[in-house]
Amino acid sequence: MTTHTLTLPKALVTLLAGALFGFGLSLATMTQPEVVIGFLRLQDWGLMLVMGGAAGLALLAYKGLPRWLKRPLLGGEFLTQPTPWNRQTLLGSAIFGMGWGLSGVCPGPAIAALGTGNTEVLWALLGIVLGGLVQGLSTRD
Amino acid sequence: MIWIDTLFPLGWQHYLLGGLTIGAGVALLYLFNGWVGGMSTVFSSSWSYLFKRPFFQQERFLNSRHWRLVYAAGVVLGALVWRFALADGQAQHTSVPVWQLLLGGFAVGYGARLGNGCTSGHGICGLGSLQLPSLGAVLTFMATAFLTANLLRLA
Repeated sequence: MTTHTLTLPKALVTLLAGALFGFGLSLATMTQPEVVIGFLRLQDWGLMLVMGGAAGLALLAYKGLPRWLKRPLLGGEFLTQPTPWNRQTLLGSAIFGMGWGLSGVCPGPAIAALGTGNTEVLWALLGIVLGGLVQGLSTRD
Repeated sequence: MIWIDTLFPLGWQHYLLGGLTIGAGVALLYLFNGWVGGMSTVFSSSWSYLFKRPFFQQERFLNSRHWRLVYAAGVVLGALVWRFALADGQAQHTSVPVWQLLLGGFAVGYGARLGNGCTSGHGICGLGSLQLPSLGAVLTFMATAFLTANLLRLA
């Protein structure tokens, strides 16, 4: 069994973690593109509270847990996911932002739209699915 | 406290509570499984089931592709619970035009994968692990999103 093996208990925790994520997005109205666009037009600063609250708890988990515990409760190890600062990160983030500003949708809320029943937002989900495919296909191996 | 009404005309409690709930999900995934739960990688890793290109067959995608799909299913489940517990089962609607959703979505998917993360990957997990590249990514996409949303209003 490796760090990544998806055992049944780990799968159940993953499902619950995702459910909290999706419930929180919906509760915070981040699943409504109008609210996101309202933030980008500086009409409502709520998104800062959403991101701040979520990043604050994540900070506690990522910095605290590896000090307090030897390993995750269901085994494996505490992974890190370092990202480099380079041209691709800059360019990719710039393109991502343009799309986010145009649609008011980002990956989490696009997936959540399957649950909130926002059928229009599924157009954005389709776009994201295709965008991820084209990015992969256009990357030189 | 007039500034609160100005900054948050729709109230602020649901934003903070929702953000903390999202953070609790991310923390839970780390506490029990040790995994970093950004949301956009699933849009690369899932293609590894269909495409044999070396790009999609990278170890980091193969390793995590199963749990990322379960995680995404959880997001749908959580949104469903919210809808039937707190929104009378009503489906949401948006008046953002379809072309903006589709084209914007495409740029979101392409850009997030090129830049290795989205609002949750860089904004929540990256900032939460104090990574400077993620701060750079967040400032970059906030800036271009701000410009796009405001130019669109003027157009």
